Amino acid sequence: MNARRSLLRSFGALALVPWLPARAAEDVPDIPALKPMLGGRDVRWEKLKLTLPRLADNGFAVPMKLAMDGPFAPGPTVRTIHLFSETNPVPDMAAFEYPVPVERIEIDSRIRLAGTQHIVAVATMSDGTLYGAATEVVVTLAGCMDGT
Amino acid sequence: MADSRVAVPGKIVRGQPFEVRISIRHPMETGYRMDNAGKSIPRNVIRSFTCRYNGDLVFSAKLSSGIAANPYLRFFLTAADSGELVFEWVDDAGTRGSDHAAITVGG
Repeated sequence: MNARRSLLRSFGALALVPWLPARAAEDVPDIPALKPMLGGRDVRWEKLKLTLPRLADNGFAVPMKLAMDGPFAPGPTVRTIHLFSETNPVPDMAAFEYPVPVERIEIDSRIRLAGTQHIVAVATMSDGTLYGAATEVVVTLAGCMDGT
Repeated sequence: MADSRVAVPGKIVRGQPFEVRISIRHPMETGYRMDNAGKSIPRNVIRSFTCRYNGDLVFSAKLSSGIAANPYLRFFLTAADSGELVFEWVDDAGTRGSDHAAITVGG
């Protein structure tokens, strides 16, 4: 067997290696502000969806979308969703609360970002389960320091 | 006060989630900016936002300087009967704002 053949064969073996899920808990950045909110509880990095553009030309107003697919009732419903920033001067960006259960969880807003960073969202369910989502945004022009 | 705009669907089906959109005119000053004289502009952001449906709190948000100027929010609520949604917010300067929208539930 020549070298070329064995090289081709090793590529074939590579193709059989299953692709790992793109996001795992270890990808989530260490945000100190997250700790008091979690209180030592584990977050399941599933169900909650956090959608942000991959690249934001400027950080002044970046469209942000939070969503979780239902149906929820009669099981646990969403109580709160917290939004955390990795490098903003104020890491607790926002907290959204549903005092009354709603079957459709979807929140849109526009956020400010001080540079390229991860954004983490954590949803608290009525049974205490935490679902999380994290995503990275590349910001070319930071949004807090300079004038608009 | 024409500082906000609210949009709700014209017809809402009982028990079905419906979309609420609100946009508030507010600078959401971060406190990190300087004015032309080089003096820092004090922080002034909307801290709390609430939405009540016939008097009951149905949605609320705690905001920070991490929310863009002229905050916009879109969320979903459920209603059983026609009534009124009342939105209220307050900023660091203590200025209160409010808006309301009538909702009509049919079906």
